[in-house]
Amino acid sequence: MTMQSVAAIPVGDAPPVRTKTFIEFEKASIRYGRGESSVEALTETSLKIAEGDFVALVGPSGCGKSTILKMVGDLLKPTTGHVFVAGREIGATPIRIGMAYQNPTLLPWLSIRENVMLPLKIVPPFRQEFRAKKKGEFRERVDALLEQVGLAGFGDRFPWQLSGGMMQRANLCRALVHDPDLLLLDEPFGALDQFTREELWATMQDLWMSKKLTVLLVTHDLREAAFLANRICVMSARPGRILDDSEVTFARPRTIDMTYEPDFVALNQRLRAMIVGARAAPSLSKAAGAAS
Amino acid sequence: MIKDFIDLLRRKSASTALIVGVFVAWELICLLFGISDIVLPRPTQVVGALIQYWPAIMPHAYQTLYTTLTGFGIGVGIGVLLGVIIGSSRLAYDTAYPLLVGFSSIPKVAVVPIFVLWFGAGTVPAILTAMMICIFPVVVNVATGIATVEPELEDVMKTLKASKLDILMNVGLPRAMPYFFASLKVAITLAFVGSVVAETVASNRGIGNMMMIASSSFNVPLVFAGLFVLAGLGVALYAAFSIIEYRTTGWAHRKTDPSAA
Repeated sequence: MTMQSVAAIPVGDAPPVRTKTFIEFEKASIRYGRGESSVEALTETSLKIAEGDFVALVGPSGCGKSTILKMVGDLLKPTTGHVFVAGREIGATPIRIGMAYQNPTLLPWLSIRENVMLPLKIVPPFRQEFRAKKKGEFRERVDALLEQVGLAGFGDRFPWQLSGGMMQRANLCRALVHDPDLLLLDEPFGALDQFTREELWATMQDLWMSKKLTVLLVTHDLREAAFLANRICVMSARPGRILDDSEVTFARPRTIDMTYEPDFVALNQRLRAMIVGARAAPSLSKAAGAAS
Repeated sequence: MIKDFIDLLRRKSASTALIVGVFVAWELICLLFGISDIVLPRPTQVVGALIQYWPAIMPHAYQTLYTTLTGFGIGVGIGVLLGVIIGSSRLAYDTAYPLLVGFSSIPKVAVVPIFVLWFGAGTVPAILTAMMICIFPVVVNVATGIATVEPELEDVMKTLKASKLDILMNVGLPRAMPYFFASLKVAITLAFVGSVVAETVASNRGIGNMMMIASSSFNVPLVFAGLFVLAGLGVALYAAFSIIEYRTTGWAHRKTDPSAA
């Protein structure tokens, strides 16, 4: 197990990396259901995520990656233990969160621009100014963001007129339009073809480098994790816990070609071996449980 | 423009031909077998009665339309309210749904005498019957639309700290609109059934009452004229709600939208 500090990551020409802990899991566990039929989804997990960091969670399916994401988003409460955000128990500090899933869930009755604008209608302080600014400042803000992800001129289209990749770009814009402190991504590129996916990685990297927000990414794709993240946490099969926590030190901006270089491939192979091992482990423990 | 119109005619030609064909066949069968107009009047006789009694039919038609629309309006209002409550809360759904199903499976004819007992014969029982019959389809559809919001979208909204009301107004209700309009088309035709049944049982006005009186005096063409009026009103209101539906929830019918191509 390699537990390294998350400080001093070379990030291209970025300003000095902030190392303040932003999110902290303190022996947090989650148990679904009650009594004997309950399932432990996450065993006592401790994890620190620095402000401005880009962390990827990988692991076998059903290992509790999404559970961690939902806890950070305050959608799930830990059964035991604590989750701290900005030094206080989650919920106590109002932080702005953006979230994007694999399913773009754009609202079909709204244009792309109106879809992306939705968080501004809900999140304070934009909420109070929404009526006054929706045709002026907010519209420009949304259009600028759409342009940044390569959707310039698509604001008036409706979701069904866009391809899957374009919808996912719009989904990212919706997750970012309210200037969140924290972006939660749950396999956002999982349903796309490889080339579209790689394009979106580059877009995502640009967005992260320009906005300097903290990102937590859940993914099955090890190349994706290694391309995008500063840090990769490998999780074990259910009940989930963090097996390995490694830094990714490739210089930014990273390119797709870099993903075929020996260092990168070696990292992928190491991660892959770890996950294959993690997948095999639970059947052993089950057998042991049956024997006892 | 002209091309569109020809296209529309072509698409509608089959259904138009069917309607015309039914009436022609009806007319011919009556003539061929010499069926008495006391048993089954020919369509031409029905239309004749319609024209002959038009001044007498009008107030009745107006009365039926009035009771139907009033009952429908109140029923839809209550239905939407209940649908929103049941759709937004699991607890309300589990609690209220069995009662609602029981309530809706009572044949509405059976409650007309009770309404007459409470409010006397006339307009009020007809409105109430139309109202009762409307509620259920609206409740079920609105509740379904709201309750089936994608969980991912709900998560996204919750991480934005959206309140239940925010989610309802921005996601739940707009999403439920196609379901709601589908239920309106069902409800408006049912409302006619309700008000006519009530008029037939206990009223001195309305198409249902007119048909009762006409049949007791063996004026069968007038009875059928009443049916024609009801069918006409029903189709007109159905069409009206279809147009409103298309205008407001066009996004749900995008397959027929030429701009989607």
